[in-house]
Amino acid sequence: MEREINYSTALREATESEMSKDKSVIVLGMGVDDPLGIYGTTSGLQDKFGPDRVFDTPVSEDAMTGIVVGAALGGLRPIQVHIRMDFILLAMNQLVNMAAKMRYMYGGSVSVPIVIRSIIGRSWGQGPQHSQALQSFFMHVPGLKVVAPTTPYDAKGCLITSIRDDNPVIFIEHRMLHGLTSPVPKEEYAVPFGQARILGYGDDITIVGISHMVVECLRARAYLSLKDISAEVIDPVSLNPIDIECIVKSATKTRRLLVVDNAWTNCGASAEIITQVLERAQGNTAIQVKRMGFEPVPCPTTRNLENVFYPNAQTIASTAYSLHSPHRTPWMPEGDEAPEIASFKGPF
Amino acid sequence: MDRHKTYRSLYLIRRVEEEIVRVYPSDKIKSPVHLSIGQEAVSVGVCEALDPTDVVFGTYRGHAMYLAKGGDLDRMVAELYGKVTGCARGNGGSMHLIDKSAGVMGSSAIVATTIPTAVGYAYASKLSGINRVVAVFFGDGAIDEGVFYESLNFAKLKKLPIIFICENNLYAIHSPQLQRQPYNNICDRVSAYGIPSKRIEFNNIEQIYEVTNESVTENKSGNASPVFLECMTYRWKQHVGPDDDFDLGYRSTEEADIWINNDQMRIIGNSLSEVDRISIEKTVESQIASAFQFAEESAFPDTDQIYQDVYKET
Repeated sequence: MEREINYSTALREATESEMSKDKSVIVLGMGVDDPLGIYGTTSGLQDKFGPDRVFDTPVSEDAMTGIVVGAALGGLRPIQVHIRMDFILLAMNQLVNMAAKMRYMYGGSVSVPIVIRSIIGRSWGQGPQHSQALQSFFMHVPGLKVVAPTTPYDAKGCLITSIRDDNPVIFIEHRMLHGLTSPVPKEEYAVPFGQARILGYGDDITIVGISHMVVECLRARAYLSLKDISAEVIDPVSLNPIDIECIVKSATKTRRLLVVDNAWTNCGASAEIITQVLERAQGNTAIQVKRMGFEPVPCPTTRNLENVFYPNAQTIASTAYSLHSPHRTPWMPEGDEAPEIASFKGPF
Repeated sequence: MDRHKTYRSLYLIRRVEEEIVRVYPSDKIKSPVHLSIGQEAVSVGVCEALDPTDVVFGTYRGHAMYLAKGGDLDRMVAELYGKVTGCARGNGGSMHLIDKSAGVMGSSAIVATTIPTAVGYAYASKLSGINRVVAVFFGDGAIDEGVFYESLNFAKLKKLPIIFICENNLYAIHSPQLQRQPYNNICDRVSAYGIPSKRIEFNNIEQIYEVTNESVTENKSGNASPVFLECMTYRWKQHVGPDDDFDLGYRSTEEADIWINNDQMRIIGNSLSEVDRISIEKTVESQIASAFQFAEESAFPDTDQIYQDVYKET
């Protein structure tokens, strides 16, 4: 029987094993040493590695990001943790103007091995400033890598790869994934960036999900099978670099591509993925495409509006059905709210 | 302070920049230059007190710091010319100078951005048990930025071996300090963080050296802790570019004359014997001529360089 652990534990394991192996790895961020330990992902690390390598920080996102960049120039491999991705907006100068550009603008003489962990996602009325997923901001900028693993297996393997990478990596975790479990080996392993995973095979439509939306896409796939539609569900895992060939291959086969982002669609990851696929396929294969993501508004707090704001398994299945069968009467399956969302209780 | 070394450094910086001024109209340097002429004493005074293994971070007005710390002259001039032999292979230009072997860890085109990176470097040095001091240069404009105060806070909190050097040249581009800040009390603000701070008037290079030297010694004797210097200085040229800018009317030639008459390069030079001074000048002139020739003769990068060094292959 393979051991199963949840996503949070997988992240802690990855951090602990890399810190044990490599003294230059440090962890910092508000709350990394507190009793909650960033949803358990950093619990116990300060006891094991000491307060010089694992420490709480002042509420200074801008400077702390610059400090992380400078520490990397000085030979460390820092992991900076933001308990909400929204806070990263205070640090964009250091990430975009410095971390992303230093290697290039200094002619290759330095590198900036940093990991910026950031937690995204809905849960219990987080509202407009505690729920944003800003992957597209970072995908836009050469010099940064962006990963958003979905499964505990990939969470552990991608974090290890991120720590060992000599470049700045934006590591995005959806809060609704932290409690999900899957088989995860005890030993360390690296999951390479730029390799997508096909999590369900199918012939009729390709559905690409990002982060937590992968879970909803797999549920949508089950609904679609009731209508005899077989969906191929792909998790890109890393967004920059992105394994576009895997998606092109699948969409060329199914001739239909739905991309479901856990973010807005305008200028987003979904727009980028679809454009790259169509650029490659044009002249060879006609592919019908559709994007889904947040409604084009700030995230509302109250639950009934929040439910409209986010795609879910039922709306994804319905959209996929219309893309597959445009001339049939629209269909929406009956179903329950995702259990990880229904069961979550805040406030933190 | 070794007055011969100090004069060599002051003279080198002044003359390199005068050569840049001379060459600039030829358009061989196709990018902005922010000249340090008039402010050399700050970089030289500080860097003369640092050891080769100490590290500096700076700003887009960074020629003086780069050269004062011992950055390679040929590679700097080649960088301004956009040549592949430049210190950033032509990718950076005047605003992004680096020479790791001399402890020049890079300058940035955005005000105050290297302040926290310098603090982070100091943290890494301390954690790694390396007995090194980091010095970071910035202008009075950087004092307006929030990240400055955030960086002071963390540096003091962790007792890091860092010297903050504010080169107060009275203006951020064309905006005088008191148009941007309610009081001329930068040192008081820094002192509130528990960081010893000292204001040095009128480009006084000997004082800059002495105070830095004390701070370096103290930091390396097991009592690491940040120190802040506000060095009053004056930019003779325009904010960016090779010319004067007194025609703009935001400052007067009378104001500038006070500083020009207090030129630290001339004062230190005059304190040497004429033989020594001329010997230093001759050597430096030949180094400068050779550096500009090196830049002229070097190749531009191959166009496929554009795709290199975005990421480091792991």
